[in-house]
Amino acid sequence: MDVGFWLIPLAIIGGAIRVSTPFLFVSLGECITEKAGRINLGHEGSLIMGAMTGYGISLLSGSAWVGIFAAGCMGSLFGLFHGWICSKKGVNDIAMGIAMMMLGTGLAFFFGKPLIKPTAPRMGDFSLAWFSSVPQVQQAFKINGLFIIGIILAILLYYGFKYTRWGMIVRLAGESEDAGTALGYNIKITRIIATASGSFLSGIAGAYLSLYYPGSWNEGLSSGQGLMAVALVIFARWKPVQCFTASLLFGGASALGPALQSAGFSSGYYLYNAAPYILTLFIIIGSVSKKKFNDAPAELHVAD
Amino acid sequence: MVTIWNNQMQSGLMAFLNSLAALLFSFLLFALFLVLIGANPMEVFGYMIEGSVGSSFSIQNTIMMATPLLFVSFCTALPAKLGMVVIGGEGALVIGGLAAAIAGVALSSTGYVVTIIGMFLAAFIAGGLWISIVGYLKHFKGANETIVSLLLNYIAIALMNHFVEGSLRDPESLNKPSTYHIGTDKMLGVLPGMDIHYGTVIGIVIALVMYFLFHFTTFGFSVRIIGGNKKAAKLAGLTIEKVILVTFFLAGGISGLAGMVEVAAIHGRANASLVAGYGYTGILVSFLAKHNPLAIIPVTFLFGALTASNGLIQRRCELPDATMIVLQGIIFVTIIGWDAISSMLKLRLVKTA
Repeated sequence: MDVGFWLIPLAIIGGAIRVSTPFLFVSLGECITEKAGRINLGHEGSLIMGAMTGYGISLLSGSAWVGIFAAGCMGSLFGLFHGWICSKKGVNDIAMGIAMMMLGTGLAFFFGKPLIKPTAPRMGDFSLAWFSSVPQVQQAFKINGLFIIGIILAILLYYGFKYTRWGMIVRLAGESEDAGTALGYNIKITRIIATASGSFLSGIAGAYLSLYYPGSWNEGLSSGQGLMAVALVIFARWKPVQCFTASLLFGGASALGPALQSAGFSSGYYLYNAAPYILTLFIIIGSVSKKKFNDAPAELHVAD
Repeated sequence: MVTIWNNQMQSGLMAFLNSLAALLFSFLLFALFLVLIGANPMEVFGYMIEGSVGSSFSIQNTIMMATPLLFVSFCTALPAKLGMVVIGGEGALVIGGLAAAIAGVALSSTGYVVTIIGMFLAAFIAGGLWISIVGYLKHFKGANETIVSLLLNYIAIALMNHFVEGSLRDPESLNKPSTYHIGTDKMLGVLPGMDIHYGTVIGIVIALVMYFLFHFTTFGFSVRIIGGNKKAAKLAGLTIEKVILVTFFLAGGISGLAGMVEVAAIHGRANASLVAGYGYTGILVSFLAKHNPLAIIPVTFLFGALTASNGLIQRRCELPDATMIVLQGIIFVTIIGWDAISSMLKLRLVKTA
């Protein structure tokens, strides 16, 4: 079978699958946070710390999964701090997010220096392409465990928000602080827990970067995946399952440039790199002008 | 005028003491961090002082490092007066630098003054329009200004790479793709007998002008009313659109000049050196200066000092270059969280509203 013509779509699909997982995790994380009525722009900090911690712990323990868990814990530590300090009066959650990004980047680069050379055990993967024996197709449909876990998590969160008591409390915190307080729930604690659990996921997103794809620790590892979390959640209309489609779309757009280049179209390579950001920009513009963020939690001041 | 001045002096002094306390506290935290990793804080602080203000050379180095920050901080500081958080300085700097380099090459056959003015205007207008996109989308479409300005940073860098690696590339720039050089005779000059270029002077003048504009004119007054309450501003008959767009244009234009100064005084061309994270440090400067154009001047020199002494600390204390990012992160977190931290420490000097 001649794969020549299919090379570009295959590269985009493969790229989408590989690149989308960290986007999926950060967007689910931010989705939990925003459902509770807080914006955390600091996922980039948790993500980079997660990438460094995951790589280091994987190296020490010999197990990538132990590394991933440690990365999540490190991420949630950052989230815990963000959630806690933003529950105090007079602290701007957006500005604090940027501050956490800078702190996380600094700490990760600082403690990550000795991790640049050694090779840590990486995560395994398997191919979904049972229908084809063509190596390029096999390669494109390679997925790893975190991709599956991410999808399951998105579905669980959908049901969780809709049908469980916990989901209700989180949504209550996001929709009306007063109503939640009147019903006897501690909104402050709810938001702190939501931010910390959200950052657990962005820590894992970082571990995916350092332990699977691209699969090493260096200072240029993240290309702003954590920063994109907030945009992705708007993109996904605060719906966990749509976070998955948004991440796939975003991953696919990110893979557009490299895919076209591998097929010999290199003229607009650098412009294609901007594709995911331009796409997000247009979706934000398109979605806000139609209906003024009806899906957004009411306590979230993202559109005023 | 006199009462306004007095009130501003008083609240300014309180804000200054408050920020100073936050700054001291963050240096204390940094010292703790250094102790925990086994370094000697006194030694590090010593080299920090030596490397930034220890000699005439290091003072000039500090000022040079501070200059791009002086411009780019306004990208956050001016919209902040409208109550908006804009983080697009990095993109505006890149776009301004690119526009300046293009103008510089296009005007290569003209005289020195024409070229410099052309580069200045190109950078100002390009940066201004770039950040005006944020203001436009915010006001007319309701799009969140923080996220839009963040997205524009990535788009700006991609745009620059596109031109620098493509149609505008100087074929001789092999290792680091760049635009053509604007010509060594067209570079922004230095002050007599010093290494400091005129960009620093321009930056200080702009900061003074912005202070006057935003604190002593009707325009600045309308900005603060809109920042306080949009409905009240509308009732008072203010043209909100115009004020918002002008503020955003100024914010972007001044940040664009940071790129122009980098190109015209340092690199001579636009390339990846423009993407040095000045935009993100500028956010920090603006918050530390409480978005006050006058306070931005000393705060940029503080951060210039941190950058300037970085090399010395790396060499003498054998600490990685990320040490300074850690310090910046600690300062940033402390400044933003200061209301919470200080009330916990019972150290609050004044309740800044």
